Order: sequence, then structure tokens, then C-alpha cells
Amino acid sequence: MIVGLQHYLILSAVIFSIGVIGVLIRRNLIVILMSIELMLNAVNLTFIAFSRYLGSTDGQVIVFFVMAVAAAEAVIGLAIIISVFRHRQTLDPQEMQLLKW
Amino acid sequence: MIVDLAIIFLKAALVLGVVLNLAGTLGWIERKSSALIQDRIGANRASIFGFAGLGLVNTLVADPLKFLTKEDFIPPSGDKFLHTLAPCMALFPALVTFAVIPFGDVLNLGERTINLQVANLNIGILYVFAMGSLGVYGIVIGAWASNNKFSMLGGIRGSAQMISYEIAMGLSVIGVLMVYGTLELQEIARDQGTLMRDLLPTWLNVLQPVLGWLPAWGIFLQPLAFLLFFTAAVAETKRIPFDLPEGESELVAGYHVEYSGGKFLMFFAAEFAEIVTVAGLVTTLFFGGWQVPYLLRDGFHFPWGATLLLPHLVVVLLQVGAFALKVVFFCWLQILLRWSVPRFRYDQVMRLGWKMLLPLALINIAVTALWIVAAQ
Amino acid sequence: MDIASAIFYLLATLLVIASLLVVFLRNVVHCAMALVTALLLIAVLFITLHAPMVGVFQVMIYAGAIMVLFLFVIMFLNPATLEKQQGMWWGFGTILAALLAGVLIPLLGRDELPTDSVAATELFGSPEMLAKSLFNEFVLPFEIASVLLLVAIIGAVVLAKREHRA
Repeated sequence: MIVGLQHYLILSAVIFSIGVIGVLIRRNLIVILMSIELMLNAVNLTFIAFSRYLGSTDGQVIVFFVMAVAAAEAVIGLAIIISVFRHRQTLDPQEMQLLKW
Repeated sequence: MIVDLAIIFLKAALVLGVVLNLAGTLGWIERKSSALIQDRIGANRASIFGFAGLGLVNTLVADPLKFLTKEDFIPPSGDKFLHTLAPCMALFPALVTFAVIPFGDVLNLGERTINLQVANLNIGILYVFAMGSLGVYGIVIGAWASNNKFSMLGGIRGSAQMISYEIAMGLSVIGVLMVYGTLELQEIARDQGTLMRDLLPTWLNVLQPVLGWLPAWGIFLQPLAFLLFFTAAVAETKRIPFDLPEGESELVAGYHVEYSGGKFLMFFAAEFAEIVTVAGLVTTLFFGGWQVPYLLRDGFHFPWGATLLLPHLVVVLLQVGAFALKVVFFCWLQILLRWSVPRFRYDQVMRLGWKMLLPLALINIAVTALWIVAAQ
Repeated sequence: MDIASAIFYLLATLLVIASLLVVFLRNVVHCAMALVTALLLIAVLFITLHAPMVGVFQVMIYAGAIMVLFLFVIMFLNPATLEKQQGMWWGFGTILAALLAGVLIPLLGRDELPTDSVAATELFGSPEMLAKSLFNEFVLPFEIASVLLLVAIIGAVVLAKREHRA
């Protein structure tokens, strides 16, 4: 069976859903951040697949920018995690409930 | 189709075999060079039937056997899986980088033209940097899995040093890429065959008799980039003078203190394979790769008009031989550097990488860009 | 089943396994290494999709720099205790994600999308084409991205600094 666009899109959807599981289930801030990176990569895969099957380079340029933004976001997220850890000595999101009603 | 695949496999096997064998031989050359520099004899006790071969038997036969038969010790509170994975992650990028380095021009066998380079990627040199950034993992994971404070210290220092010098290495090469206008290493090697008299701008014509006969090697067009790249590459491989991560007198062998036997041999082999890779890169980017001055595909064409036609196979052998000679020269240079220069302190290493190499590389890019625009 | 399909199915299977390992392993360092594997597999997928530049950027930036940063932070914070799992959230979260997958997959698997690939020229995905796009149509986002990275660096340094009690 020739691999078509649908195969890549379904693969991205599966990876994206696995990332969503990670964000919802895990109680460790770093693993949650890693699941978010997984979701970003699934979206990158979608962009590149479309770029290939529609023949335009725009998808690849957009992925380039997504990577730059993901790098910036990972850096800031990790800095926040470090400063939160300094105050609370835990990485459990359940413990960080000061803003809840 | 099958024949194409077979040729690629053969090239890959050839390159891998030569790199690994050269890495092993470099171990012997290092011991003998250090002995000569330090006015002693070096290791020569191991012998087979009385034949000690200048220490060859010791370094090439006895040492590997010793390493491979030692007990494989994993620290009990360390991470077993990662402890075994780390040397593999260190060795893999060191060997794989050589796939894009061209070791000759083309080889014409019958009607088949074989490009003497394992993989002719259109992204060329970016592949080298990508593999270089994967090399950090061996250090970080090795340090973590050892569960040892000295290891951790050496690992953190080593990985911080590697990522700092990756930047300087990448930026220093951009000048070379601008001059030759391509990312592919085979194209860069081919472009270094032109003579300088075709490249000099008209307002420098007065220098033509002096410089016109030089081939357009990277060292003549980008001397500062050569110094920056060589320094950054030696720092990347954590050789002396940048070897504080594995400082033998300070950190008890740093990040590979908990490794023995075959795994230590893999770290060792990774370091020597990186020496060969750095030598190969410096040769290709700055010293013409496989180019012999004035040798074109059909023979010598000297600038004063004389030509010497040679058969194709002789030309190919000359080019591959020239490449091998240059690579061996730069390996020897790095070994000489190791045994002559004291090591940097760690803050000096960081200062050199960020405050000296990085601005110099940026200035090099700016000056090269201005020169290229002015020369048009 | 030709070579291209076989390679795709192999990579897809390994990628799904690696992603599941990222989400379900207990040790954080093992999760990080599984994510590195997943990123490298995605880079290989990019290269098979005629995007060599983006593939090599994925290895250089994502697997080579961002994940090293993750590993640094994990080793710095040294999370020694394993987290407690709450049963209800496991089931609830998995059901939600399965719902999401169940909606996305039929939506994306429809036959109206083009299955044949547009014939790619030699230049497609090469540095020249990417550079042409970046410096002609996308030059403003390019400059803004560099400002964004500068802001991120400054922000991270300020956030992670140790407070000096005067």
C-alpha cells in the first residue's frame, strides 16, 4: 500500500493524543513539559507532510519558526520550573494550588 | 540498483575501517610521541616471541586485549541501562560524521562514476554540526549514570564546554561557506582547485605575480576562520589544552571514572575517532581536501604552462594519498599540541569560548561579507 | 509493500513506542532519553519527506540542544522521589485522549485528501529554497524570531537567578 498523506496525518494525531495523555496524567512538571514538546513535534510532522504532498515550501518555513518558538518556550518553562522548585521543593503540580479558589 | 547499494556499502565499510584503524594507530602514535617529547622510551615491555616492535605490540595488541577482558563493572546504585548506553552514544557521532567528508574526486570505472564520498548530502556541513551536538549525550548520560560526584562534575563541565564551543565552531565556518557559496563538502573541495589569480579583485592586481599562483585553499582565503575552527574543534573533542572535564590530575578522570574494560575502550576510541574527524574537517574546509596543487582530472597543469598528463587511476591515487597525508598531519598536530601545552582552567575555557572566539567569529563573518560585496 | 512504505511503517511503530515510553515511564531521565529517541525518529521522517534542512535542524536544535537543557535541569533538580499516581486521573486522562484520537483519526483519514505526492524537484527542501523563502516572504517573522529568542534568554536568566538576600 502506497503511503499517502493520510498515513502521516494519522501518525501525527496518534502522537498528539499520546502527548495529551502525558499532560493530563503525569504529576511531574518536567514530564508535562516533555509531553508538550511531543505535541509540538506531532504538529511539525503534520506541517512537513502537507508541505511535501502539496509541493510548497511554506510548511517547512513554518516548522522552522515553530522550532525556534518551541526552544524559547522550553527555556522559559524550565526556568519557571527551577524557580518554583526552589520555593516548594516539589515538582508535583497538585501541590501548587495557591491560586485555586 | 543493487550495484549502487553495494558500492555505497563498500565505501561506508572502507571509511569506517580506515577511521577505526587510524584511531587505534593514533593510540600508539600518541604514546610514542609523548615518549619522544618527554625524552623517554615509552611502553615497550609487551612482546611476542621477543618482538616488541617499538611498542606496537604493547599498544595495539596487549592494551585492547586488556581492556576487553577486564570485568565490566556497573556501579550498584547507578542506572544500569544508561551506564551501558552512554559509551555507545559517545562513539556513534564520532564515527558517523566521516560519512560526508570527501576523500577523493570521482572514480570512473567503465561507464560508472563513483563519487569518493560516502554520502553526498545537499546539507553537507550541517550534518557534521548535528552529529557534533549529539556527542554531548555520551558525556551527560555517562556522568549521570555513574552516580558519583566527581563524574557529575566532570560531566557538567564537559557538556557545558561542548555546547559553548559548538557555537564558535559553527560561526567560524560560516565565513568559509560564504566564500565558496555552498554547503556541500565535495563542492567546497572541488572549488579549492581554482587558482587565486582567477579570484583576486581587480584593485589587487598588483599582488597577482606574488599570489596568483596559489590555489584557492581555505587557509589563504579565511586564515582567521582556520584558527578559530581548529581551536573550537579541539575544545569540542575535549583534548588538552581543554581537557578539564576529564582532567587526570584534578578530577580523577572526570566523567569516565566509573567505566572500565570495554566501555572505557569505547570512550577512548570515540576520542581518537573525533581526532580523525577534526583532522578530516580541517583538511576539507581549509586545506583543499583531496586537492593536490595544480592537479586536474587529466593531469598536472602548471601555471607556467607546462602540462603533465596522467592516467585516471594515478590521478585518483594521488588525490586520495594527498587527503590521507593531510589528515595524518593534522592528527599528528593535535597530538603534538596535547603534549606541549598546559591545560586551561575551567573559567578560562569558558571565557575563551564566549568572550574571545564568538566575537572574533562574528567579526570574521562581517569582514568576509563586506569583502565579498566589495569584490563584485 | 515497497521499501518506502516498509520504512515508514517501521519508523511509525518505533515512534509510537517511544512516545508511549515518554509518557508512561517512572524515571524522569528515562523519559527524557525516550523523548530524544522520538525526536531523532521524527527527524528521520522529515528526511524521508524531502525536508533535509528541517530534519537536520530537528537533530541540531531539538535533540541536540533543547533536550540537553532538559537533562541539565533534571540532573540539577534531582527528583529523587517517584510521583504518586491517582487512579481516577489515569483512567480519565486516557479516556479523554482516546476520545481525541477517535475524533482526529477518522477526520484525517478521509479519502478527499491528495494521496499522491507532487513531484518534488531536486531543489525542494534544500537550503536554497528554504533560504529564498526565509529571506523574501518570511523576513519579518525571521527578525521577530531572533528578538523572541533574545527575550527568552534574558527571561530565563532573570527567572533562574538565585535571589540575593540583602
